[in-house]
Parts: sequence; structure tokens; C-alpha cells
Amino acid sequence: MIEFKLPSLGADMDQGKLLEWKVKPGDAVKRGQVIAVVDTSKAAVEVEIWHDGVVDELITKPGETIGVGTVMAKLSGAGEPAVPPKAAAPAPKPAAAATKPAAPARKPAAVPAPSIPPPLRKPASPAARKRAHELDVDIDKVTGTGPHGAVALADIEKAAPKPTTPAPPAPDRQAEMRKAIAAAMSRSKREIPHYYLSEAIPMHRALEHLARANEARPVTERVLMGALQLKAVALTLRHYRELNGFWRDGGFQPGAGVHVGVAISLRQGGLVAPAIHDVDERSLEELMRALADLVKRARAGSLRSSEMSDPTVTVTNLGEQGVESVLGVIYPPQVALVGFGRIVERAWAEDGALRAAPVVTATLSGDHRASDGHRGARFLAALREQLQRPEEL
Amino acid sequence: MKKISYREAMREALREALAADPRVFLMGEDVGRYGGTYAVSKGLLQEFGPERIRDTPLSELGFTGAGIGAALGGMRPIVEVMTVNFSLLALDQIVNTASLYRHMSGGQFSVPLVIRMATGAGRQIAAQHSHSLENWYAHIPGIKVLAPATVEDARGMLAPALADPDPVVIFEHAALYNTEGELPEPWSTDIKSAMVRKPGSAVSLITYGGSLPKTLEAAQMLAKEGIDAEVVDLRVLRPLDDETIMASVAKCRRAVIVDEGWKTGSLAAELMARIVEQAFYELDAPLARVCSEEVPMPYAKHMEQAALPQPDKIVAAAKGLFG
Repeated sequence: MIEFKLPSLGADMDQGKLLEWKVKPGDAVKRGQVIAVVDTSKAAVEVEIWHDGVVDELITKPGETIGVGTVMAKLSGAGEPAVPPKAAAPAPKPAAAATKPAAPARKPAAVPAPSIPPPLRKPASPAARKRAHELDVDIDKVTGTGPHGAVALADIEKAAPKPTTPAPPAPDRQAEMRKAIAAAMSRSKREIPHYYLSEAIPMHRALEHLARANEARPVTERVLMGALQLKAVALTLRHYRELNGFWRDGGFQPGAGVHVGVAISLRQGGLVAPAIHDVDERSLEELMRALADLVKRARAGSLRSSEMSDPTVTVTNLGEQGVESVLGVIYPPQVALVGFGRIVERAWAEDGALRAAPVVTATLSGDHRASDGHRGARFLAALREQLQRPEEL
Repeated sequence: MKKISYREAMREALREALAADPRVFLMGEDVGRYGGTYAVSKGLLQEFGPERIRDTPLSELGFTGAGIGAALGGMRPIVEVMTVNFSLLALDQIVNTASLYRHMSGGQFSVPLVIRMATGAGRQIAAQHSHSLENWYAHIPGIKVLAPATVEDARGMLAPALADPDPVVIFEHAALYNTEGELPEPWSTDIKSAMVRKPGSAVSLITYGGSLPKTLEAAQMLAKEGIDAEVVDLRVLRPLDDETIMASVAKCRRAVIVDEGWKTGSLAAELMARIVEQAFYELDAPLARVCSEEVPMPYAKHMEQAALPQPDKIVAAAKGLFG
């Protein structure tokens, strides 16, 4: 028996509203599969399951708002070691699954779906079909009153669920997001003893390298500096594990990989910082694609649960907004945030000569419980050196 | 506002055109001494003389061709053909010459010719004088096709037709000549748009020419049954005013086309095709049409009436679009 619970999709989330189940009882699911869509205060998030199994029961109904940790569904695991036994678990038929993974006895006459011929299309007017699509009404469940019993426009409008809350959701969501950000940031400043460091990093090598490499790439696949900076941060973090992970229950837990949360501002206001997984192991081209995809989905409000809950560190880049540096607030339970400002041309002394050089100010906000300024400084220095060897990125 | 018959409105329009422009003249069978087969040009011979009101031999091909020649030569001829059935004899001149000259001459020649003809049934003049072949002309690029259905259009459409640099064919439904209506002063008439003759919201009844009075009557019958029908008068059969048609269909979401032509290959068929092309997703019911029965128009009165679109048929077709 697997209990599928509402995961926390970020430190600022304590409840969520189920929008939609993507599975139904009897469905086999695979680890990593999206099985539900949950509305948090920030976005509609596709929630993944972390076990293989078969869905037994969907407990939460779409539209319900439930707390983090609430059991939303029960599943039978297929041949996996049983989850820690729960005293309270009623376990109606615990034995079957463990011994015989092959054919779990489903409910009688599990529907042999493929062999049933599709029903004839229900007559409905073009206007009715269009409106049904807009209102998300299932035409097959509507009684038609048009000519020859066809479903007409009025039938659809009668069948459409009345809007439960006439208030438009948009301003609500904005207020909710503001509240969520307020809660997370207040918690951060209340609990995390921040220290701040900054370092000016010459960028001419990185810029030249990027320009050269981009010449060989089609326009649509050109890599932007943001992706290169992400990779540099991730590679450097491999050697500074105390900056990559979580502060939980009074101790530091290193992250299982370098999953970099990317701060993305949303058009209607507010921001999210979903993760790109294993940034240190990806090529620049892959990162660029992942980044573009993430921004698009974040703004469309369709992020996955793992992206919301997995970041082990956050990178924010406010260079495009024109500022030279950003000293960020750490997103709990993470322990560090790296900021980049605008790349500006500055007088730069190097090897006894003065030259005009493009320079970026990189900053580190560190959690003093997990690391000290000394290590933080060495991290920034290593990041600087990494950016002088762009060919490694 | 004055009360006037369709015939008088047409005659006034002719008189005005003849008086206004010395290049304008009228020719056709029996237009002079007999006063016109439908008495439209009665009195004009006395008023304007035989130079400008010219009786022609029974030769549609010949006098239509003469009209084209006169138009090319700088005149503004109005050619009257007795009925659309007889105009088939002049099809070669209209389709192969008048409509093509601008194209064939690379834009050097235009044919500012107006051809008037009677059309339609309902007067017991039998099959060879009673058919509705407007769609034959509406098929042809290069000409405009008008179907005045009210006294205002009968009075007003001739002047812009004469001002048009290309051939214009005007269809006068024979059953309309005796109808009377209020002529607003001043009237305003264009030759490009369809018009909503009665606004409504539940079903769009789209028609033209001689079927307009029947369709308006049907709309009143439907109103008694609680169905608020809109009546669209096409007025111009080529080019069709898609915008007005689609706006009405989009509003009512149901449409019945009323067309005195035979159903097969009809203007009604063209309208249905356009509605499906342009407003498919607005439709809340199948399209319907009321056309003439596919028989030669009978002579016997009861059979002729049975073969034609009638208000009760329009009402039945419209009601069929509701559950």
C-alpha cells in the first residue's frame, strides 16, 4: 500500500487545491509520472508520483483544498519493498501485491477498454461543440433539445457548471502569491543569519568564448550568458557542498545533486524559482533549452512538483534590469543564493596593464548556520576562476 | 414619404435617367409604342421620342450586342429583355462579350451597359416565361447583378447602375410590379450591400427579389409562434455581401435561404456554401432552404403556387431548425 500525499511544493506552501487527477483507479503508474495537477498559491503544478504501482483509490476530489501531507490517493506497489508499516493502516488486502506483482486482482471485470467499439458521435451543432469546448462541458452527457435531438448551444450553456466564485481568479492569485512570498521571505530573514559577499569578475574571456561558440550555432540555438553563468555556478558548487543543500531540523543536509533554482519573474507580478536538475552535468545547449522551457512554463503556470520542491540553491540574475549587483534573500530551506548583476565595461588592471574590460559583480548570500564567510569567499573566487576558463563549461 | 408602385418607381427612375443624361437611351422589345411588356416604359416614347425609346425586333442577341456597341461608343444604353428566359438568346453577348471586354482589352474598354429583365413566376404565364435564372448571371465575373425587391430599390438602383463603368444586370420580379410601398424622400440606395429588412434574433431568413414579400410574411407568422426571425434582403446577387449575411447568421445561429430558383446549383446553394465556409462554428442547427420545386413552372394556378416558395413552406423550414 502506497499513500500518495500532497507534497510540499516549496517552503512557502502549506496547502494546495486539487485541480485535476491525471489517473483513475485501476491505472498503472510509473515513477516520475504526473498524476495530479495541484494549484498552489503560485501556479498550477503537475505533481509526480515517486513509486511504480497501480492506483486503488482517489481520495481527494478535484476542487478540494487540502493541507500538505494529506493522503490524496492509495496505490498498490508492484513488487517493491513495502513502505514502513503504519499502525493505523487498515490494509484491506496487503498480501497480494507483495508476492504476485504480475496480476494484482483488480475489481471485477476490469474494463477491456480497447475492444469496445467507439460510440457513434452524438449529434451536436457546431456552435454547441465550440461552446462545450470553451466551457469544458462533456457533450455526451448533455441532453439535446435541438432538431433531431441534437445538442444545441442552449443545452451546453444550461449544462455548464455555474461559476462558483464570480470573482475573477487572477487578482486573487496575485494576492495569494504576494502572501506566499511574504511568508517565505519573512521566514528567511527571521531564521537565516545571512552573510553577504561580492566579487567583480572579468567577463571578456567568457563573452569571447560564447560569441565564438554561438557563431557555429543556428540562431535559434544560441546560448545566452545566463546559461553559462548557471553552469559555472553548478560546477563550482560541486566543491562547496555546504552551499548546496538544505537546513532542516537543526542541521545541514547536502543536496543529492546540483539542482539550481532559477528566479523567474512573472508578468503579473511575483516570482517563482523552479529547479533545473543536475545543472553541473548538462551541456550548455541542453541548459539553454531547459532554461527557455522553464521560463515559458513558469509564465504559463505549468510547473512540475519536482521543479518546485527540488532546488538545492538559487541563482538570480537582475542584470537585464540594469542593476550592477543583487544581494538576495535565501529561499528556505536552501542555504545559499548566488546573484549576478549587469555586465558593465570597467577600467580593469591585469598583468600590470590597464584595459577596458566587461565585468560582472557576482554575489553570494550565505546561511551562516551552514557555512562561513571564509568558505563563501573561496567559492566566489573559484567561481571567478571558473569563468576565466569558459571552455570547460 | 409617398405611396408608389414598384412599376411607377421603375418608370420614374428611367425618366430621371433619360432627363439627366443625353447619352442614356432605352431599347428593347415593345418598350416604345406598346409601353413595355409590363408597362414600365408607358408614356416614355411620347416624352423622349423614338431616338431614345427604341423598339427592337425579336432578336435578343442582336439588340443586346447593339447595346454593347453603343456603350463602347460612349453611350449609356439601357437594354430591356422581356424575361430572363429570353435572355438566354443573348447569353453569348453578355457572357462572352460584355463581361469580358475590360479583361480582353487589357483595361482599354469598359462596357457601361445596363440590362433590365423581368424574372420569376406567379402570374400564370407558363414555363417559358416564368423561371428564375438569376444564378446563371450571378455566376459570371465581370458583371454586377442586382435584384431590387422594394419600391425604394426600384426607384434608386438604376442611377448607380448607369454610373457603374461595367455591365450591370437588373432583375425585376414580375410579381413585384403591382406591389406598392412607401418611398422615403430622399431615398438612399447603394448597389453593393445586403440589408436587414426585419431585425430578429432566432433565425435568419435570407432571400432576394420576388421572395422578399413572402419571406416577410413568413417572419410575421413565425413571430406569432414566438420565433423572432430576421429577414435579410440580398439586393445584390453578385458580388454577394458576405459581411451582412455572416453577421446575421452569427447573430441568429440558424438560417433558411429562400430562393425562387431551382434547388440544384442554385444561389441558395452558393449561400449555404459560403455560410459553412465562413460561419460554420456559429451555427446551432443545420442550414435549410426553400426553393422552387424542380419542375418546369406549371401553368395551372394551384400547381404554380405549389411549385413556388410560399410563406407556409418558409415557416415549416424555419421551425424545423428548432427542437
